[in-house]
Order: sequence, then C-alpha cells, then structure tokens
Amino acid sequence: MDRILLIRYGEIGLKGQNRTFFEDALLRNIERVLQNVTSSKESIRVRKSQGRLFVTGVTLNNEKDLIRAISKVPGVVGVSPAVSVENDIDLIIHAAVCLMQEAIDGTVEMKKAVPVRADVNPTMPTFRVSTKRPNKNFPMTSPDVNQKIGNAILQNMPKLSVDLHNPDIVLHIEIRDQRTYLYAYEAKGPGGLPIGVSGKGTVLLSGGIDSPVSAYMAMKRGVDICALHFWSYPITGERSKEKVVDICKVLTQFDPDLRLYIAPFTEIQTNIIKDCPETYRITIMRRMMMRVATSFCKQTGSQAIFTGESLGQVASQTLESLTVIEEAAGFPILRPLICFDKTEIVSKSREIGTYDISCQPYEDCCSVFVPKHPVTRPTVKEAAAAERKLNIDELVNRCVLEIQEVSVL
Amino acid sequence: MGKISKESRDYVYMDNSSTTKPFTEVIQGMSFVQENLYGNPSSLYSFGLESESLIRHAREEVAYLIGADTNEVYFTSGGTEANNWALFGTLRAYEGSKRHIVVSCIEHPSISATADYLKHAGFEVSFVPVDKQGLLDPQDIVASIRPDTCLVSVMLVQNEVGTIEPCKDIGQLLSHMGTRRPQFHVDAVQGFGRLEIDVKAWGIDLLTMSSHKIHGPKGVGALFVRKGTPIKPLMFGGGQERGLRSGTENVAGIHGFGIACKLCKSNMKETEANLHRLKQKLIRGITSVFPDAVFNGAGPEASSPHIVNFSFPGFRGETIVYGLEQRGVLVSTGSACSSRKKEPSPVLLAMGKTRDEAWSAIRFSMSRFTEDADVETTILALQDCLKELEPWRKKTT
Repeated sequence: MDRILLIRYGEIGLKGQNRTFFEDALLRNIERVLQNVTSSKESIRVRKSQGRLFVTGVTLNNEKDLIRAISKVPGVVGVSPAVSVENDIDLIIHAAVCLMQEAIDGTVEMKKAVPVRADVNPTMPTFRVSTKRPNKNFPMTSPDVNQKIGNAILQNMPKLSVDLHNPDIVLHIEIRDQRTYLYAYEAKGPGGLPIGVSGKGTVLLSGGIDSPVSAYMAMKRGVDICALHFWSYPITGERSKEKVVDICKVLTQFDPDLRLYIAPFTEIQTNIIKDCPETYRITIMRRMMMRVATSFCKQTGSQAIFTGESLGQVASQTLESLTVIEEAAGFPILRPLICFDKTEIVSKSREIGTYDISCQPYEDCCSVFVPKHPVTRPTVKEAAAAERKLNIDELVNRCVLEIQEVSVL
Repeated sequence: MGKISKESRDYVYMDNSSTTKPFTEVIQGMSFVQENLYGNPSSLYSFGLESESLIRHAREEVAYLIGADTNEVYFTSGGTEANNWALFGTLRAYEGSKRHIVVSCIEHPSISATADYLKHAGFEVSFVPVDKQGLLDPQDIVASIRPDTCLVSVMLVQNEVGTIEPCKDIGQLLSHMGTRRPQFHVDAVQGFGRLEIDVKAWGIDLLTMSSHKIHGPKGVGALFVRKGTPIKPLMFGGGQERGLRSGTENVAGIHGFGIACKLCKSNMKETEANLHRLKQKLIRGITSVFPDAVFNGAGPEASSPHIVNFSFPGFRGETIVYGLEQRGVLVSTGSACSSRKKEPSPVLLAMGKTRDEAWSAIRFSMSRFTEDADVETTILALQDCLKELEPWRKKTT
C-alpha cells in the first residue's frame, strides 16, 4: 500500500493537441513549488498518467505540507491524498478499510465536517463507495466492488452507516491498468491554467488592495507575471516598498519564481507637479507609468500590462480616463478587475491572503499627490497639451535605466 | 561616535528619544551573564544566588541615580509597564475609596492611553492643559485635585518636544496639602539618567524609568515606589520583587540596566552641558537653512538638552524623515510610538500648534555620543532635503 497524491486538472484536459504542452507546464510548476516544501533527502516524484498527475514519495509527515502547496498551483483543480495497491480485491478491501479508519480518526481531512472520533460523538458518519473501472480486465464490475467494499467497511466499523445520496465521506476507488487508487478527500485547487502557457506579462503593483488581485487573476490564466512597483522615495518610505515585497511573498505561493522590480518615480512626479496643470496630474502620472511599463515590457519580453483598475472606482478609472491612459501604452493594458465591485475585490484579496498587508497604513505613491478636483473626463488632446512641457523621453529613459530587481525571498 | 552602520553605510543617529545605542560595557556584561549566570535568582543553590546578587547591585545603581533607597526600586519590563502599574496599582490600592486621577494632556501614550481606558472603565480622570511651550502650571495641577483624587501623574521631560515639567514645584505644592495629598507619580523616562533627579527632595511617590533610553538594553525598566506608598501589583505570580512584580527576573537585562546607570551617572553634568551647546548649534543651523521653520518647545532653561523639535509648514513630516534617511540622517516625527498613526501629534495640538504644524513636525534627539560633526551633517542634509522637496510643499495660507 503506497501513499500518493492524486492531482486533478480541468481545462487542460480539453486542449486537444496542446494537451501535452499544458500538462508538462503544470508538472514543471508543481515540481518547482515542491522544491520549496521538501528537503532534498525526500524522494518525491511527480509523473503524469492517464489525465492525472501522481505524486509519489508521500509520507504521513509531509502529506499535509505537500497538499497545501499543490493546492495553490494554478491549473490544479483538486488534490487528494490517496493510496495505491495492486489490482487484487483483497488488497483493495484492506486499503479501503485503512483509509476509512484514517478518515474517521481525522488523519485524512474529510469533505464535510464530521466528528473526529466516531466513538465519542453519538452522531454516526455516513459514507458511500464510488468505484470507477477503466480497466475492463478486472474481474468484478463497479457495482459489485462498491457492494463488497461497503460490506467490508461496515463489518470492520459498525458505527458507520451508508448514505448513497448525501454521505459525509465518499470513498473513491479507481481500478486502472497497473494499479488501483483509493481516496476519500479532495483539497480544492485554484483551477485555471498552468503559469507560463499564456505567455509573459507585467503587472503594475501599487501595494493597494486591487493590484495583487489582478496579478493573481493573470497568474491563474497562465500568465508568467513580473511585478513592477513605482516607488516615490523619499515621499514614501522604505516601509511602503517592504509592503509590496510582502505582497509578492504571498503571491509566490502561486508562482515561486515571481520577480519584483522597483522603478524610482519621484523625479517624474516632481516634474509633473512643476510643469503640468493640477487637474491632469493623475492622468499624466498614469500615462507616464504606462510609458515606463512599455519600455520595461520590451526589455523583459512581456506581451501585456496588467493593472488593478476597476471601472468608476476613482477619477482616473472612468472610460474617458482609461482611454487617455491607454493611448500612452505600447502594449495592451489588461484589467482583470474592470467590472468587479470593491466588495468583490476585497473578498478575493482576503482569499488570496494579501488583504491584511494591503491595508497597512503606509502611503503609496498615488495618495500623496492627488489634486482636490482631478479631471474625470480627460481627452487625449488635452492630456498631450498638459504634458507638453515635460521632457517625456528623457524622463522615461532615466526611470527605466534605474529600475532594479528586489529579492522577494 | 553618533554614527551607526546599516548595510555598510554610515548613518547619523539623531533619534535618541526613541531608543539609544547600548554602551559596549552593557553588551559585554549582558553577554557574560547570558552565557555564565543563567541561574534563576529564586533558586536555593549558590548558582541562583549569584544572579540574585547581580540584581541587588543593579538595584543600587538605579536607586543611586534618583536619590532613592535601594529597596524602593522595582524592576519591570520597561517604561510602559511601570506607567501602567503606577496608574492601575494606585487605583487598586484605594479599592474604590478614591476614584479620581489627574494627568497632564501631553503624556506619553503609556499614560494617556491607560488614562483613557480608566475613564472608559468608570474612573474619573482630569487632563491638565499646557501652555504654548508645553509647560504645565503647578497651580493648575493643584486646582484639579479633589477630595477623591488618589494620584497625580506628570512626566518629567516631554518626549516629543523636550519641555521639562516643573515636577519639583508640583511635588512641593502637594506636600503642603496634608491629609488630602494624593500620590505623586512622575514618568521620568526621558529625563532619567540625563538630568538630576531627587525623589526625596521633590516629594515623589512613584517614578518611572527605562533602560533603553540611557544606552541600556530594551525590555527593562523600573518603578520607584517610595516606602509606604499604597500600591497593588499589576502582575501576580511567584512573588518576585518583594511580591509587587512577579515573573522570573530578566537578570541579564537588569544587569545591563545597572551598568548603563553607572556610566550615565559618571559624567552626567559634562554631558548635559555639551548637549546644551549642541542643541543651540542645531537650532541656529535649522533656522538659518529654513527660516520658515517653527520651533516647538521651551527655552533652554525649561527644556531637555537632548531634544529639538521643529515644524516645517507645508511639508509632510514623514517625507522629511525619508528624505533625511536618504541622506544618512535618522530622525522621527513626534514620538516613534505615534509615528505610525495617521493622526498628527496630540501633544503638539495640545500646545496650540496648527494641524499643519503638527503634521510637519520633526524631532531631532541627541545623546552623549552625538558630536559636532553629526549636528553639521544633519543641518546640511536638512537643507538639501528641503530644497529637493520644495515642489511637494503645500502652499499654506
């Protein structure tokens, strides 16, 4: 009886001829994540077989850590602690009884909350056996297996009872060509696509609530993200940069190779204050950010700029503003949150785990220089006139030259 | 000497009211204790007795610095605990027979937040105002005392602006009140080890001290409790510190605290005179590089020589802190404890400063390690920083 993890992925399975490409990417990504949770001594292997990924080398010690790490990887729909045995009904019965005992003892977490120890609590957990038999050479049919295993479990654990419609525990049995797999619990993964399959992108990460969510959503659609933060030292301090580093740390759960770059932005902002009309400050600042980001994308091979903008949230996020900002960018600006309500974004950010960091009260570069009455319906023509005095190319080039990578670890 | 190294870069440390660099002797002494004398002072064997005798020596040093008897000093985890203890402990000792306390409106948060809580919990608190220099009028204190007042708590040196409160005068006025006299607590965290203190002559019952403000370790402080003062413990347990402060003693920390006291005492007068000189130099420098700067605090006769506070109207204090950091000078806005809050300093507002002045205040605080060159570097850095930030300055009316 071997302990393994069984990883399910959804959408990837549908991608026809590209399937191998997607599966290989997911496998690589899972291996990268596992490097961070396992010691080199452990012989943990990931391999693919028949539309699933299998992790071998699992022990009772590392099982929980492995499941937690794998359940964060984009592309994973679910991960289950499982056991595998040879295709022999006696061995299958033995494994089924052991697995159910573990489920009852709480060694394996269960799909629904059930009392940890059935013998202490009078309410009795219910179960159902669900067998699949892709290996038609196996001498018994699925219903026969269900019945036989169910009986064996009831004999060994008289406190359990069967409920076919709404059981506390579903014991899955898959009889495949080489071996049979059994599992009773599945941890949900994020779903989506493996990072890397959709190309590269740059996310503008401010430290606020929205942009980390935007980064996460891009990752979930398979984008290999690098993060760019505009830092206005000394208008804002070291701590506001640390905040972005902390946010990136959280995001490395999903992409362990996430990289963060800091663009010094004070000079550009100072020039905007000096040379541009106050009402257009934010519009021009966003346009300058897009120009810097465009140049950065070219250097890093990014194909799109991701932002946390949401329609109508602030003056710079009206359709008119977004149009004028977009005009300054040389790559598509993608806005995963464009039609999300603030409350939806907040709950997503809590889910991801970045909310508490985003709410720390350090100033970010936007909140310092906001005018009293920013323009809400800017036009490209007026914006161009408003930034006429700026030496745009020189400012952008200088900023890009000084972009530095910061370690997220 | 006033320089510290961070990532192989030298900083001029002008934030000594937040905390100070420990004396080398303190670090060595503590390290010896941690390594060799880790016995529990309450143990019966002689290994524990050695720890106990270290604590006794430290207690003597602390007591000596404030003119107290050795057994009137009780070690705590720091100034905040001592302040909390003074307030809670006194009110508990009176068991509801007296339910009113008097504090100034410019206290450190470890007093003001405790007082706010007590008010919320049903006790009565009077907050006594200060003048534009941050000075209390002793008569105002006396006027707020009622028959049910059990405690007056006043700080010795204001931690943001450096004003020295007339604790001696207050103590003497109180001593004429006879049986109506409340207990007198002084939060001396910013003055202790820097200024002469005499608890007996000043008529003080309770006095708070902290170790890390005088080049000792963090995590240690003490409360002076005059013999016979009614007070109940804040911490109950194994009965350490003669039953008034339970918990296994922080032997190494207390030892380090004692060493720091001894070293501070050795040349206190010279240090004070030198700091007065540096303070004047800094004040002159700041007003010459930025004539719009607004001085916060009192004149040299009524303020501590180690704290200088200025407002830079139109700027954000935080931004100046970062700008100076960029230029290798470390300062703070108000007290470090309130630096992370979004509200401007309540102390400056209580002194009648405008919100803009309160927002833009910077505290420069020096120590015995500060040198002329540090003051000069600070002034130059400030000039450069304000020049660069000029476009970001809000035009004030």
